[in-house]
Amino acid sequence: MKSLRRATYVTGVVMLCAWVLVPIYLVALGAFGGRLGVFKWPKTILPTDASIAAFMAFLRIEGVWNAALNSLIAAGLTMLFSIALGAPAGYALARHNFRGQDAFRLLVLLTRAFPLAILALPLTVLFIRVGLYDTPLGVSLVHTALALPFAALVTASLFAGIPRELEEAAWVFGCSRLQAFRKIVVPLALPGLVAAAIFAFVISWNEVFAASVLTVRERTLTAYLLTVLSESPLHFRLAGGFLLIVPSVAFIFVVRKYLFAMWGIANR
Amino acid sequence: MNTPRFLPYLLIAPAVVFLAAFFLLPLAQTIALSFESGSGFGIANYTRMVGDLNFTTAIRNTFLLVITVVPIQVALALMMGTMLQKMSRGRDLVLWIWTIPLGVSDLAAGLVWLAVLQDSGYLNSAFHALGLIDGPRSWLNAEAPITLFLGVVAAEVWRATAIVLVILVAGLQLIPREYGEAAEVFGASPWVKFRKVTLPLLKPSLQSALILRTVLAFEVFAVVYAVGGRNMPILVGEAYTWQRDNQNYGVAAAYAVLIMTISLAATIIYLKALRVRPEQQS
Repeated sequence: MKSLRRATYVTGVVMLCAWVLVPIYLVALGAFGGRLGVFKWPKTILPTDASIAAFMAFLRIEGVWNAALNSLIAAGLTMLFSIALGAPAGYALARHNFRGQDAFRLLVLLTRAFPLAILALPLTVLFIRVGLYDTPLGVSLVHTALALPFAALVTASLFAGIPRELEEAAWVFGCSRLQAFRKIVVPLALPGLVAAAIFAFVISWNEVFAASVLTVRERTLTAYLLTVLSESPLHFRLAGGFLLIVPSVAFIFVVRKYLFAMWGIANR
Repeated sequence: MNTPRFLPYLLIAPAVVFLAAFFLLPLAQTIALSFESGSGFGIANYTRMVGDLNFTTAIRNTFLLVITVVPIQVALALMMGTMLQKMSRGRDLVLWIWTIPLGVSDLAAGLVWLAVLQDSGYLNSAFHALGLIDGPRSWLNAEAPITLFLGVVAAEVWRATAIVLVILVAGLQLIPREYGEAAEVFGASPWVKFRKVTLPLLKPSLQSALILRTVLAFEVFAVVYAVGGRNMPILVGEAYTWQRDNQNYGVAAAYAVLIMTISLAATIIYLKALRVRPEQQS
C-alpha cells in the first residue's frame, strides 16, 4: 500500500515535469527542423533531421534581427526605468512613515485590477504627436507601467529586510544619507535588486499587445511575430517561438532563488 | 539624523508622476474615447461594439476560457504545491522545471502548442503510432471549434499555472508546520488536514493568485492568435482588430472599457468572497 502510494507520487511528479519540458523540446525540434521537418509525416520524437542551418535561415529573414534588437532595447529601458522609479518608492515605503502612504500603496495595488497593456490604445494618438510612436522608447514606457508597481513592492520588502541600524551607524560615522545608502544599503540589496530588474526585463520581453499597438516598422520581436503569424510558414513561426523562449527561461534560471521571496512579499 | 518631512514624498514622486501619466491618464482617456464619436458624446461606439458580428462569440469565448482555465490552474498548482511539500530530494530541480513557463510569453506558449497540435504535428503523430488515425488531421480550424478551444486551454494551462504555483508555494511556506502536526496528532487524514488546515490558512495567497490570474486571463489574446489564427474571436483580439485593422479607436476603446469593467468586477468579487481578516494578513 505504502509503496503503491509512493509510486503514484513519483509518477505524478515525473509526468508534471514532462508536461512542462516536452512541449519546449518539441518546439525546439520544429525550430531546428526547417521546412521539411515541419511537414514530415508521421513525425519521430528523435532529432533526426534537426540542423542549425534551419534556425539560421530564420535569423537571416529581413526584420528578425531588427525586431530582436528592438525587443532588447525596450526591455533594457524598462528594466532601467522600473528600478530607477520603483526603488526610491520602495525605499520610502520601507523606511518612512508618511501621510498618504496608504494612498500610494492603493495606487500601486490598483494597477493589478486593470489589464494595463490595453491602456496602450489611447496612447497611440499621444505618442504619434510627440514622436514616441513606433520607437522602442515608447514601448518601454508602457512596459514600465506594467513593471513599476511590482518593482516598488519588491524593493520595499528588500529594503525592509536590511536593518535600519546599519544605516544609522554609517550616519554616526559621518556619512551623508546618500553615502550611507550607496555604501551600506545598495551592496546588501544588490542581488535582490538585480532579480527585480531581470523580472522587469522578462515582463517587457514577453509583452505582446502594447508592443503591437504602438509599433509599425520598429517592431519588437513579439509584435513582429504576431503581425507575420498569418503569412509566415510554420517552421518560421516555431523558430520565432523558440527564439522568444530561450532568453526568458535563462533569466528565470538566474533569479530562481528569489522567485518565492519576491512573490511571497509582493502579494501581501 | 532628522528626517526631513519632504523626503519620502520626494522619493515616491517619480513613481507617482509616472503612474499618473501612464496609468491614470490613459485610463481616463480610454473612457473618454469610448464615449466619443464623430458627432459628439454618446454611446455610439458601444452600440457598434454590441452590434458587431463577433461580439457575442468573443464574450462567450473569453468567459468560457476564464472559467475553464483558472480553476484547472488553481487545482493543478495546489496539487503541485502539496507534492513539493512532501519532497525531500530534488525539490529545487523540480521546482525550477515547474516554474520555467513563468518566463514564457503567451505568444511563445501558443506557438509551442502549435508545434504539438498542427495538422502533421506531434499529437497526430502519436495518435498515428497508436493506430487511432491514418493521416494528418486538423484540430485548429474554424470547423473544429471545440478542439481549437481545448488547444488554447492546454496552452494557457501549460503557460500560466507556474505563476499560481509560485504564489501558492510562497504562501505554503508561511504556514507553521505545527498546525499540520497538531491535526495529525488528533488523527486527521491527509485530505482532512488539507481541507481544514492548509486551505483556510492559504486564503490570502489564493485570493491574490485568483485575482492576478483572472485579470490576466480576461486579457488573453496572443495565445489564441498563435494557436488558431483569427478563428476564435476573443475580447482583446477584437479591440486589437478595431484599432489596427479598422483604425476605429472609439470602438477599440469601448472594448477596452468593457474588459476593464469585467476585470474590476472579478477583483471585487474575489475580495468579497475570500475576505481575509486583518490578523491573517502577515
